[in-house]
Amino acid sequence: MDRNGPIRVLLAKPGLDGHDRGIRLVLRALRDAGMEVIYTGLRATPAHIVKAAIEEDVEAIGLSSLSGAHETHFKEVSRLLEQEGATDVILFGGGIIPQQDVDQLQSVGFKWIYPPGTTLDKIVSDLTSALRPTSSRSGDD
Amino acid sequence: MKGEDQPPSRWTQQYWEPFVSEHPERMEEFQTSSGTPIDPLYCHDEDSPGPGEFPFTRGIHPSMYRGRLWTMRQYAGYSTPEETNQRFRFLLEQGQTGLSVAFDLPTQIGFDSDDPEAFGEVGRVGVPINTVDDLDQLLDGIPLESISISMTINSTAPLLLAMLLALAKRRGVAADQIRGTLQNDILKEYIARGTQRFPVEPSMRLVVDVIEHCTKEAPSFYPISISGYHIREAGSTAIQEVAFTLANGIAYLEACRDRGLDLVTVGRRISFFFNAHNQLFEEIAKFRAARRMWAKICRERFHIEDDRACQLRFHTQTGGSTLQAKEPSNNIVRVTIQALSAILGGTQSLHTNSWDEALSLPGQEAARLALRTQQVLAKESAVTDTIDPLGGAPFIEHLTDQIEDAAMAIICEIDERGGMLESINNGSIRRAIEQSSYEAQIARDSGAATPVGVEEEGEIPEAPFKVDPNIEQRRRQSLEKFRLQRDNSAVDAALLRVEQTASGCQNMIPVLIDAMEAGCTLGEVSRKLATVFGETQDHG
Repeated sequence: MDRNGPIRVLLAKPGLDGHDRGIRLVLRALRDAGMEVIYTGLRATPAHIVKAAIEEDVEAIGLSSLSGAHETHFKEVSRLLEQEGATDVILFGGGIIPQQDVDQLQSVGFKWIYPPGTTLDKIVSDLTSALRPTSSRSGDD
Repeated sequence: MKGEDQPPSRWTQQYWEPFVSEHPERMEEFQTSSGTPIDPLYCHDEDSPGPGEFPFTRGIHPSMYRGRLWTMRQYAGYSTPEETNQRFRFLLEQGQTGLSVAFDLPTQIGFDSDDPEAFGEVGRVGVPINTVDDLDQLLDGIPLESISISMTINSTAPLLLAMLLALAKRRGVAADQIRGTLQNDILKEYIARGTQRFPVEPSMRLVVDVIEHCTKEAPSFYPISISGYHIREAGSTAIQEVAFTLANGIAYLEACRDRGLDLVTVGRRISFFFNAHNQLFEEIAKFRAARRMWAKICRERFHIEDDRACQLRFHTQTGGSTLQAKEPSNNIVRVTIQALSAILGGTQSLHTNSWDEALSLPGQEAARLALRTQQVLAKESAVTDTIDPLGGAPFIEHLTDQIEDAAMAIICEIDERGGMLESINNGSIRRAIEQSSYEAQIARDSGAATPVGVEEEGEIPEAPFKVDPNIEQRRRQSLEKFRLQRDNSAVDAALLRVEQTASGCQNMIPVLIDAMEAGCTLGEVSRKLATVFGETQDHG
């Protein structure tokens, strides 16, 4: 889909994990870069995440987990998105995700999995170049 | 001490000599490798308070580590009670001196392993404990009367306490012989850690119920560990860590006072839990400042005359957020520096992180190495042979004063804005931590504070440890069996009493012990409490 306005992103913490330092940093960085970001808060279910993503008409969903629940919840979000036919939504994730799980998540549609140590600029520029390739950054134009 | 003479006579006579006559030092003589004698204490000013003397800047005990080393207490738990029991036994065999239980998230929030809410989380970051039988398996072969047990549990702390006391009864161990610590610090969950279940007010009631019950029935148990650790992990500065932790401490003491509890008794059973990051001197000064501040708060604000009740006893864990996934063996060095700061800061117990924790839960070899790190510091570095060795150094004393002033200014601000409960409810503490976290990230991203090795080429290594995903199924089966074997009418009656007591204002703990003994599960009781108290929500 071609869009010109600000990039719309949903950020979510699936499962019971309470570590939200990382996702809150990403939230702020994306907003500072001019994106419109919705954050679910803690303990979002995959069904809730996908419903919110469709209702809010977002172009990307970012998931965070440091508890190991990525194995179940990240895959479930991907499955539900496909079931809803929303396969054009970009999926990305971050947290403590063992390297051996990264390939698996990529095979079910996760475009990027960000390990600890990722810079905020990297996440902003990945999203911008994937969703607004013609502009150097998303803006209010 | 001045020159090569005796330590200051006043402190020696009033504090050191009486203490050491009852608690002998580890060795008859302490000396350097070259044979130079090492005194217990060195100081410039004989009038300044020494260790064991209010306000305890130099340590809470007159002989500190010359008398007894800190407790080496590694946080562990994963998979099932049986597997965690194996890890506990391994750590004890390796010379660990206390246990520290990591519970899985469903247990921490109050869901049984077979609850749909627990899906994907069972046994991941800790061990699932739903029943007294689970706890019995977890502590199989571990004597409750001689090994102290620390439990990182908050929302469901009253339930785990009830299970522990029910287990002690089952094993014929008197409640007053149980030693250990319950974290039971709900306030920092709302601002930093995220396992809250109920709203703030009923949660505070449960915290005080635990403290009241323990001080009466299990007086050797520490019923609360007020934690700055997670506040720091969430991104606060060292100064905010001290300020918000002590402000939470003030809120708990006020709640205990409002309940009519004796603050001397309570004060003697309060403990704290801090983080240790890489900046060695700032961390050392932080511990010293926190100790002095808490002593003054107890004395000046709460008029507690008893010295012991004003002592800040604390556990330290090295900083998880400082660990890097790239070149992870560098983390061993970081952990060593952090552990050293805790020791030079006078900690009572210590957990050293494993080098692999930015990748996964620690594997067994990494867990052993983490324990060995503190053993090397304890037994080979000799930093334990004189008390507060950096005390009196101008830079350390300056930093200690500065942290005290800045943290006290934050506490005053919180007071002016209506206190900690109000500040938690209106989100101002979270916003302050978030701002610090953002500034630290910008410094890191810009290269001003980038950790060593993270920009090198190379893959992040594979995680060395993985929890078996089939345990969820196994746990479901064992709970099903448990529910079939119990007396369901007794369970229903016990749950009804839980509901009635929660609606009133009696202390909940005796009823919770009855419920756990009747065969109720953690999830069933938590759900019942939620129907009375309501559930808290995080709106992001």
